[in-house]
Amino acid sequence: MTTTAPTRRELRAEERSRRGSPAVGRFPAPWRVLGYTLVGCLALLYILPFVLQAVTSFKTDPDAAANPLALWPSPPSTAAYERLFGLSEAGDSVPFMRWLGNSALVTVLVTTGRVVFDSLAGYALARLPFRGRRVLFVLLLAVMAVPNVVLLIPRFLVLNTFGMFDTYAGMVIPLLVDAAGIFIMKQFFESIPREVEEAARIDGAGVLRTYWSVVLPMARPALITLTIMSFQGSWNEFTHFLVSTQSSQYETLTTGLARFVAGGLGSGTQYPLKLAAAALATIPVAVLFFAFQRHFVRGANAGSVKE
Amino acid sequence: MIPTAALRRSPRGAVPRGDRRALWGWLFVSPATLLLGLFLLLPILMALWVSLLEWDGQSNPFTGGRADFVGLDNYRELFVEDGLDRTLFATSLRNNAYFVLIYVPVATALSLGLALIVNQRLIRGRGLLRTTFYFPSVTSAIAVSTVFLFLFQGSGAVNSLLSWVGIEGPNWFADARGVVWVVLGAIGLVDPDRPSGFLAEQGFLGLTWFEWLSGPSVAMCTLLFLLIWTSSGTFMLIFLAALQNVPQELEEAAALDGVSRRELLWHVILPALRPVLFLVLTLALIGSWQVFDMVYIMGQGAPGNTTLTPAYLSYQSGFGEADYGQGAAIAFVLFGIILVCTGVQRWLLRERNARFGRTR
Repeated sequence: MTTTAPTRRELRAEERSRRGSPAVGRFPAPWRVLGYTLVGCLALLYILPFVLQAVTSFKTDPDAAANPLALWPSPPSTAAYERLFGLSEAGDSVPFMRWLGNSALVTVLVTTGRVVFDSLAGYALARLPFRGRRVLFVLLLAVMAVPNVVLLIPRFLVLNTFGMFDTYAGMVIPLLVDAAGIFIMKQFFESIPREVEEAARIDGAGVLRTYWSVVLPMARPALITLTIMSFQGSWNEFTHFLVSTQSSQYETLTTGLARFVAGGLGSGTQYPLKLAAAALATIPVAVLFFAFQRHFVRGANAGSVKE
Repeated sequence: MIPTAALRRSPRGAVPRGDRRALWGWLFVSPATLLLGLFLLLPILMALWVSLLEWDGQSNPFTGGRADFVGLDNYRELFVEDGLDRTLFATSLRNNAYFVLIYVPVATALSLGLALIVNQRLIRGRGLLRTTFYFPSVTSAIAVSTVFLFLFQGSGAVNSLLSWVGIEGPNWFADARGVVWVVLGAIGLVDPDRPSGFLAEQGFLGLTWFEWLSGPSVAMCTLLFLLIWTSSGTFMLIFLAALQNVPQELEEAAALDGVSRRELLWHVILPALRPVLFLVLTLALIGSWQVFDMVYIMGQGAPGNTTLTPAYLSYQSGFGEADYGQGAAIAFVLFGIILVCTGVQRWLLRERNARFGRTR
């Protein structure tokens, strides 16, 4: 790029900087209006599906079928939610409370496990010198490249062999550790100044003590990110539960909803009920998202770490 | 301080005797190592063995049982032997290839566009916009697929919208026609119902060229919309982080040079984004071979196998048809494809990082 520029241009830029506006000036007004309109339409594309979902969940079945685009239910109906929460008849085909319970149980266990085990392993890989650390780290990177979709049959095989197929243990234990989480924690622990731990060591604190009362408190932001990622991951997990269970008593929100809506069996019918169930399944993650958006952002970028 | 400093510089593996930290190190990694070993590495080894068997899932394939060792037959059926297995596999590869061809550039371009919008310092409500674009990415694939099932029904919201502008929307989920032939048919170039000549008679891997060149089916397009819609937010965030790393001085210097907005984008911002562009392109490439949840909800292969992907075919062969050997073989071929993509990614990014590391 050239560094010399016509004087006229320089003057223009100078004038701009005197006005105190950012480096490049504003668009002319007509363009700005057009731009805002386009951005507005784009945003609408991202919002409208959720709005329609929420509205339709309060419609009656005939209304939902006849007026799929109507933004107001007529007549409004809470029948879908009553059925889901077992307040009216025929709750047995959609045992929503059971799905919810299973999802909650699995999510709590998996999140706890990941926070504990991922941070332990991450710390050891970052800071504790032991034989084979490098090999383990290379293995970890290799394991991170294994996509979940190729693990469908392999996971089933191992659970079947261990007699864990169709049990809560089979649903939870394989998910208790995830390689990406270990990687994130390792990266974070490496960013903590070594001197802090060395000071604690010189003061006579053992490894466990240093880890628990010096390092972990400093790792709070990373731990929150990890907690949120794990929560979101296990709440939305589908494929693993699909291949690790078959009885309906183990159905979670994802596998239950999937059985209910997939395969075109009842397609075109009961959309208020399906959309209400989907909406309720989305709410916990949505709440978490709006409360901790910063951490979701960090998690998204951590997922793309390149090494 | 001296002993630790010495230790830090000691060659790898040479841990001083009596350092209890080594013991703790093993203790700390053992739960993770055990679990990853048992539920990630071991399953892969077991599946590798099963992919060499003819096994129906009933007995224990590792203690003999009712499983026949068939060598590489399961793989041969995918690539060499003329038959249903090969046709299905080729179909799934074709479907996924079109998926890649459309999804990767569109998702990358869209998310870059979104990031540029959200990064505009002059625009109002940037935070809200970012939230809006990113929110679909955090929701469960099953839940949003349910919403899309509703939106794209034959008499659903999307077709109602289309009818406002006078377009009669297709019956999305039941339409197996490839969009290439639909478009060419609409302008009268070919007759999609009666393929002719070379295209219909010759083929590769059991599919005719007519079938290879059909483009994604109308039903597959809904999957494409959904995946682009749910993943553009994540990619946008990656671009956004990179955009915020573009030094302010660079833009100011360019502005002093009097460059226009377009020149700034082409000659300053995009070159600075190159490594991230590679990252997003390859992430999208890898991701497009891994779509499963959405296929499970929205297509399960139907209509006419046009939403069949290798990932779903692997699941279906195993759990649907009790041919676990075949399913495992497909999974390994898919694994190979994804590994190649990952390798390309790491290679591309390493080169970029080495060059960028010094300038930063």
